[in-house]
Amino acid sequence: MPLATPGGTKANVSPANLIDQPSDDTLVSRAVTISRSPEELYRFWRDFSNLAQIMDDIERIEVIDPVRSHWVVKGPGGKDVEWDSLVTEDVANRRIAWKAAEGAEIQNSGWVEFREGPEGRGTEVHALIAYDAPGGLFGRLIAKALQHEPNTQARRELRRFKQLMETGEVTTSEGPRGGKHAKKES
Amino acid sequence: MRALTWHGKHDVRVETVDDPKILRPRDIIIKVTSTAICGSDLHIYDSFIPSMLPGDILGHEFMGEVVEIGSGGSKDLKIGDRVVVPFNIACGNCRPCTTGQFSGCDNSNPADKADLSEVAYGHAVSGIFGYSHMTGGYAGGQAEYVRVPYSDVGPMKVPEGLSDEQVLFLSDIFPTGWMAAENCMIEAGDTVAVWGCGPVGQFAIRSAFLQGAAKVIAIDHHANRLALAAQAGAEVLNYHDVKVREALMEMTGGRGPDSCIDAVGMESHGFSPDNVIDAAKAAVRLATDRTHVLREVIMACRKGGHVSVPGVYGGITDKFPVGAFMEKGITMKTGQTHTQKYMTKLLGMVVEGKIDPTFVISHRLPLEQAAEGYKMFKDQQDEVTKVVLKTDWKEAA
Repeated sequence: MPLATPGGTKANVSPANLIDQPSDDTLVSRAVTISRSPEELYRFWRDFSNLAQIMDDIERIEVIDPVRSHWVVKGPGGKDVEWDSLVTEDVANRRIAWKAAEGAEIQNSGWVEFREGPEGRGTEVHALIAYDAPGGLFGRLIAKALQHEPNTQARRELRRFKQLMETGEVTTSEGPRGGKHAKKES
Repeated sequence: MRALTWHGKHDVRVETVDDPKILRPRDIIIKVTSTAICGSDLHIYDSFIPSMLPGDILGHEFMGEVVEIGSGGSKDLKIGDRVVVPFNIACGNCRPCTTGQFSGCDNSNPADKADLSEVAYGHAVSGIFGYSHMTGGYAGGQAEYVRVPYSDVGPMKVPEGLSDEQVLFLSDIFPTGWMAAENCMIEAGDTVAVWGCGPVGQFAIRSAFLQGAAKVIAIDHHANRLALAAQAGAEVLNYHDVKVREALMEMTGGRGPDSCIDAVGMESHGFSPDNVIDAAKAAVRLATDRTHVLREVIMACRKGGHVSVPGVYGGITDKFPVGAFMEKGITMKTGQTHTQKYMTKLLGMVVEGKIDPTFVISHRLPLEQAAEGYKMFKDQQDEVTKVVLKTDWKEAA
């Protein structure tokens, strides 16, 4: 939905990129272009159990039914954080929106859209995630501790999504090192 | 295995580390036979490159033998094949790769490492072997073995009958010099001026002639390096002897060179995303003669000419002559080399005898003495143009 502001901005800009934020939620927005069709990208994303391959700290994702999935994430101090997520919108090959079920420790909602890019440019994937941090600053700090810095997390996840979809692999540079990391005697 | 690791400023060591493993289907493992120390490795040696961690294995110019192939590895490669590996890593699938802009690969920098350059440059840069965590944190090739990701894209098979030394520089400096000349858009009758007669400058000089330059003028202060440039047919200027801009104007009948190549680069790279202040400080501290080269290149270039910058820059500079750049209508092209785009063509030129890349080698050492190689290269730039390291020294001797 193109945005129109009193200042004259008229463009398809995410609310996360507005100077005056529309609510107290922490909004995280990110776009990435992937050389794959919207259909392929939607298909991968719609099976939420696939997302463990691209997300940090996922213990497990259980798909319960087409609407409900159960998420278990490694939290600080080894304590798992769990919640149910509900699909609120599902437009095939185009858009998926979700919302944490009532009672989740971190209220979060979001959507991802798969938009056909200009000629030869593949698919533009746009995502918006909103974290509601009850308890003001303190709650927000907890949310950040649990979710890392939300912007960082979103950009890493979308980078891995692109890597996996385009190359078939999630890129890694793990490898041998010297110094105190030098050869482990086995 | 044995590998050259970085521990701090002017502290590199050969030590025993774990062998690399296949981690992804498209990986291969190479047993390195020859590897070289690059001028840009000296930037790390001098501690100008941030996001280095103690224990990092250096080296991005290397070649060797395929010893292990992942389940999804290249169908064209077999165990035992000799390959030369491009210094930068490219996936072959993203739009930059499919349009030939391999050094802009979107996918070869791991997701967590890519944050560093996205913050510093606005976009994440691609992966490079053995060249800090900003470019991916990959273990480098100054080692007995290396893991090479996306092996179906980068490594190029070496035809029989060619020695390591004839093809090793296809990994970086020959394509880099070639692209530097290509970015000059050379036309018949052109004069190309090259600042810096290190290995990249040397290949840029030869590439400019191969691409049809009528005259190449090379600028440096090391007599041996100038002599090497003169051997290629360049007219050479020692900037300790002459006023460079005035001499260039005279040598081009007052027009100025049609193209100018900055093969010096600048070490003033305070681009740590954690500390923007560092960046500013580093730029100020080092904005001396090295910034001077880029300024001089722009000032010397003829109206409507081309400025090509293969020299490595990483940070921020001030005193950029933006007026000269705009008012003279200069075109400037730069970037890390799209190595994969040039390797096959340049290999062909080596096979045809149009160029013998071994001219640049001044010293050969066993990998075990790599630390001495760094010190020599740093301290004796006049005599030392290129150090090649061999993993099997007995065989090489």
